[in-house]
Parts: sequence; C-alpha cells; structure tokens
Amino acid sequence: MAENRHEALGLTNEQLLEMYEIMRLARRFDERLWILNRAGKIPFVVSCQGQEAAQVGAAFALDRKNDYVLPYYRDVGVVLSFGMTVKELMLQAFAKGEDPNSGGRQMPGHFGQKKNRIVTGSSPVTTQVPHAVGIALAAKMEKKSFVTFVSFGEGSSNQGDFHEGLNFAGVHKLPVIFFCENNGYAISVPTSMQLACEKVSDRAIGYGMPGVTIDGNDPLAVFAAVKEAVRRAKRGEGPTLIEVITQRFTPHSSDDDDRLYRSESEIREIRKQDGIQFFADYLKQTGILTDELEQQIEKKIAKKIDEAADYAENAPFAEPESIHKYVYSE
Amino acid sequence: MPVISYIEAVKQALDEEMAHNDKVFILGEDVGMKGGVFKATEGLYEKYGKERVIDTPLAESGIVGVGIGAAMYGMRPIAEIQFADFIMPAVNQIVSEAAKIRYRSNNDWHCPITIRAPYGGGVNGGLYHSQSVEALFANVPGLKIVMPSTPYDVKGLLKSAIRDDDPVLFFEHKRAYRLIKEEVPEQEYTIPIGKADVKREGEDVTVITYGLAVHFALQAADKLQEEGISVHVLDLRTVYPLDKEAIIEAASKTGKILLVTEANKEGSIISEVSAIIAEYCLFDLDAPVQRLAGPDVPAMPYAAPLEKHFMINSDKIEQALRDLAYF
Ligand SMILES: Cc1ncc(C[n+]2csc(CCOP(=O)(O)OP(=O)(O)O)c2C)c(N)n1
Ligand SMILES: [Mg+2]
Repeated sequence: MAENRHEALGLTNEQLLEMYEIMRLARRFDERLWILNRAGKIPFVVSCQGQEAAQVGAAFALDRKNDYVLPYYRDVGVVLSFGMTVKELMLQAFAKGEDPNSGGRQMPGHFGQKKNRIVTGSSPVTTQVPHAVGIALAAKMEKKSFVTFVSFGEGSSNQGDFHEGLNFAGVHKLPVIFFCENNGYAISVPTSMQLACEKVSDRAIGYGMPGVTIDGNDPLAVFAAVKEAVRRAKRGEGPTLIEVITQRFTPHSSDDDDRLYRSESEIREIRKQDGIQFFADYLKQTGILTDELEQQIEKKIAKKIDEAADYAENAPFAEPESIHKYVYSE
Repeated sequence: MPVISYIEAVKQALDEEMAHNDKVFILGEDVGMKGGVFKATEGLYEKYGKERVIDTPLAESGIVGVGIGAAMYGMRPIAEIQFADFIMPAVNQIVSEAAKIRYRSNNDWHCPITIRAPYGGGVNGGLYHSQSVEALFANVPGLKIVMPSTPYDVKGLLKSAIRDDDPVLFFEHKRAYRLIKEEVPEQEYTIPIGKADVKREGEDVTVITYGLAVHFALQAADKLQEEGISVHVLDLRTVYPLDKEAIIEAASKTGKILLVTEANKEGSIISEVSAIIAEYCLFDLDAPVQRLAGPDVPAMPYAAPLEKHFMINSDKIEQALRDLAYF
C-alpha cells in the first residue's frame, strides 16, 4: 500500500477516479486523432500526450463551475475537465459546423466555449496571457471571487506578452494563475536554447510573485500547487507562476518529424515518464483502482470516442457562404 | 450652445460614458493623476477613482491585451495609446486578437474595446510623434477605424465607439486638440460609426478627406468660392469600413474628385476611396481622380521647413482643386 497523499489535499476517491478517467480519455482521444490523421480523415493534430496528468491535476484544483481558463493548444485535459465533451472535441478535429470552439473556422487545439468559461484562443503564442490578466482585472473591479487560469509552453514564456502580462498582474495583485507546461522543447529547440535562466519559474521574481517548479507527472503535486495559488489569489495576494516539468510524447504536431532533432532512445525514455501510468499505479496501490475497473474505464472511453468520431465524421461542414458571418455584431 | 475644443469633446465623451455605464474604464500610460499627456482624461481620476482610470505599466501590448481580456469578460475598456506611433508593440493584440475574436469563436465571444490614440503631424513631433497609422489597420476586417475632424463628431462618435460591441480604433488628430473649436449641444447625442458627412455642399469639384485635412479643405473651399469655384467636401469620419454610398454620391455629384490625406500616399485610405470611385463612378467622371497625400517617405521629419514640406495644408489643396476645376 502506498501512503495516502490525496486525503490531505481534500480529494475523495471518486474525484481521483474522475481525474483518472479524464486523463485517459484525453490520451485515447489524442491517439485516435493520429490514426484519423494518418488515414487522411483529418488534416492536423497537435497533441496533449505526455501532459494530461499535469493538465487534469491543475484543472481539478480550480472551481470548474466558476473559474475562467485560457488554455493553450495542448490542453485537452483542461478543456475536458471544464466541461467540453469528447464529441465536441471530435467535431473540432473534423472542423465541422457544430464545433462549439469555432464552427470549423479554427484548427484543432484552438479552444473556446463561453458557457464553460473557456476563453477563445488563437495561434500566435502567448497572446492569451494578457487576456487572462484582463479577465482577472475585471474580476477584481467587479468584486467577483473567481480565479483565472492561463497556460502556455516554456518556449512561449519568451514572448513579450508573457512578461507584460505577468508584470501587470504583479503590479495590480490580480487573481490569476500562470501555468507553464515545460515539455523541454519548442518544436525542435530545447529549453537550453530557449531560457537564459535555469527554470521558467525563475522569472517570477521579476514580477513580484512566487514561482514554483513542480513535477508534472505527479498530478497530486500539481493539484497542491494550483490549490495554493488559488488560495493566494482569493486572499488578494495576487498571481502565481507555476511551471510543471513534463514531456511531449509526440512530434510537435502531425506536420513535424521529431527524429530530426531528438534521438529514438530519448523518445523511448520520454515515453516511460508517463504521468497517467504513475497515477494509475498510485490509484492501484491505494486500492482505488483495480484491473477490472481499469478495463471498464477503457471500454467506456473507447465507446465514447467511437461514437464521437462517427458522429463528427458524418456531421455537416458549415455552409461555405457562412464565411461572411460574424465579422462584426449582427 | 457652448463652444468646446476637440480635446474637450474627447473628455466629455469619456466622462459621460463612464457616468452612464460602470463597466466603462480607462487604462493607459499617465492617464491617471496626470490626466494624460494631452489631458484627455483630466479630472477623471479624481471623479472615478484609480480603479476605473488605471495607470498601467509602460507596455502597449499589455495595455491592449489586458483590455481585450476585460472586454471579453464583459467590461467596456478604453485603452489609451499615448501616441499612435507607439501602437506598434500592440499590433499583434489588435490584429490577431481583437479583430478576430468574434469571427474565430463563431460569434461565441466578442471584444468591445475602444483604443484611442492621438495621431498626425504639424506639432514638431518628428518621425515618431507625427505618424498617421490608419492604413496599417485598414485591411483588417473585424476592426473599425474612426477619425473625426470636429468636436461635434468627436463627441458623438467616441460615445458610439465605447458602446460598440466590436473593437474600434479611435484616432484623434493631436494638432486639432486645441486648434479646432465649435458649438456642441449639451444634450446627449451619438453619431453612427460608418457614416461619412458632407461638411460643405458644392457643385464643381469634390474633396473627400478626413481628420485635420477636412479643415484645410474647408479653408480652400472658402478661397475658391471667391473665384466662383464651388467645392463639395465629404468628411469620411470612419475610414474603415468605408461609407461606399456616400463616396459614390459625393464623387458622382461633381465628377471631379480630389482625395486628400496626411498619410503616405501609396496604399493609403484614399487609394481605396479611389478604387471605389473607379468601380462605381466611371461614367460620371469628368477628370482623372486626383490624390493629394503625404510623400512616400518613412515619416515626418522634425525640422520645421521639412515638416511643413511633408504636411498637407490649405494652399496645397486649393491649388489642386483649382487645377481640377479647370481640367
Ligand atoms: C508568435 C508565434 N511564433 C511562432 C509560432 C509557431 N509555433 C507554434 S508552437 C511553437 C513552439 C511553442 O513551444 P512551447 O511554447 O514550448 O510550447 P509546446 O508546443 O512545446 O507545448 C512555435 C514556434 C506561433 N504559433 N506563434
Ligand atoms: Mg515546450
């Protein structure tokens, strides 16, 4: 039996299973996208694989009925936790008219769904960081108690918008959590060529906020760090920068070949560091998950994904003429 | 009716909209205690407090990006960029974000932000305090660009911009701030964005322009009146998207058209106006469409004679109109 770490964090066994199921769903969904892509059915994939445990750990530390999230393109785990369904994600992958993110206008991974407070994002990296600060500013002005969560990669922490956003939030002590998913690469460029400092979290001090680096393969540690950031935010103490060390299992996207810049052995090693597997091990050691239950979950997920893929493949595209709509208020 | 200056009209519009809707707030550099480098926000900090008139860190992408976030949440931010020249660090936020939020979310989200910036030359501002930057944004559907010429228009249009559900760039000619005064009614009014305005009825030649150049055109028209040349003056007011109908009507009326802008010539707003006239008015034209604009050099030099050479003025417009009239 492993030591019980989740009770002290206020997490129930049911919540843990829910977290596990979402991580698995994110992974299996992503794997299916690659198959669909290689079969020529969808043009593009950008993956969450390797980062799901950190994403779900973070999302569960938030108030999933009130908080705002500005996820980046790998955050399938975050948007599933915030209420987007796998059917909706599949509609996005197939770029169909019913896709709630954009009606097929944007590439996959560009999330947005107002009813779940998932804020619309774009392709130029890091532009969402000042938006999160603006939403947090609005929360402060309107005396609302929600927290805003924004994520991005470590390469993206070099953009001006990261620095301008963090500084603004630091000056005004805003209730926002900056969440950097450091997977060691920005496409092909390794962290050593991206950061002049050792860690992304070292940057926090320049903006008057705490910065922490957490093992992204330990969703409970990520949960604890985000919970603490939420507490700070709600007490009016301002923002926190959290860096999670994680890894990208796949090439950058379906258009990338990572064998050009990392060795097969490195890729093999990386794939052994699987937060979902570690979490499953923990759940089994604490008697929460059994092999049988694991099988049931896999089956349930496979069915959901099959149904979603069928539905999305057969769903209609938006009308071509609809491209003229919604340039301005109508 | 009280006579007020162009900048007083800005201030009144801001004040009235902040009083009218508590979601409206201002953010920018030096807008708080100092009241803005041009004093456009003077007194608002005292009246509405530091929560609604926010002195931001010196970082334009942050100013606009934070404003965009607040706007998506449901606030009505008015971001001040201290000089239009310094909007460049925020271009990504304006073009990739504000302009595309409604479109990219298929109408799920929208972004009601107003971005104000003083622009224009004739103030010894040199290369980086004199530019007209509107053409850079005038190929970006999703944005609206308003450039009023008079206090009356400033007030009515700025109020409309703040109430608009989409992002509006509101460029104010800084030379006009204290130079241009007129009577403005005390009662509440707004002016619709997207509508040009005939500033003077005339029969022989048409000038289509916007911003400070409207006043130079009106002065030239007065002079030419004495020579028996009647000049029609159309003020675009909104330079993107353009009021096509008004342009076609003003161009067809006289068949001789002079287009004027203070900005660089090639790829300018008036070049687009000229394209509209070419498409719709060919059989009404009595002379080639003429463009009078700033020269195609990177920006306006500082030294007085050089600045003067760059700037549009009423003499240049008068001469161009006379040439057209006798064509
Ligand atoms: C402003 C901008 N420049 C370049 C790109 C192209 N691009 C997309 S993702 C990416 C790498 C991002 O790396 P990182 O921030 O570490 O995130 P990761 O993909 O590793 O999760 C690049 C260069 C972009 N989308 N936006
Ligand atoms: Mg990375």
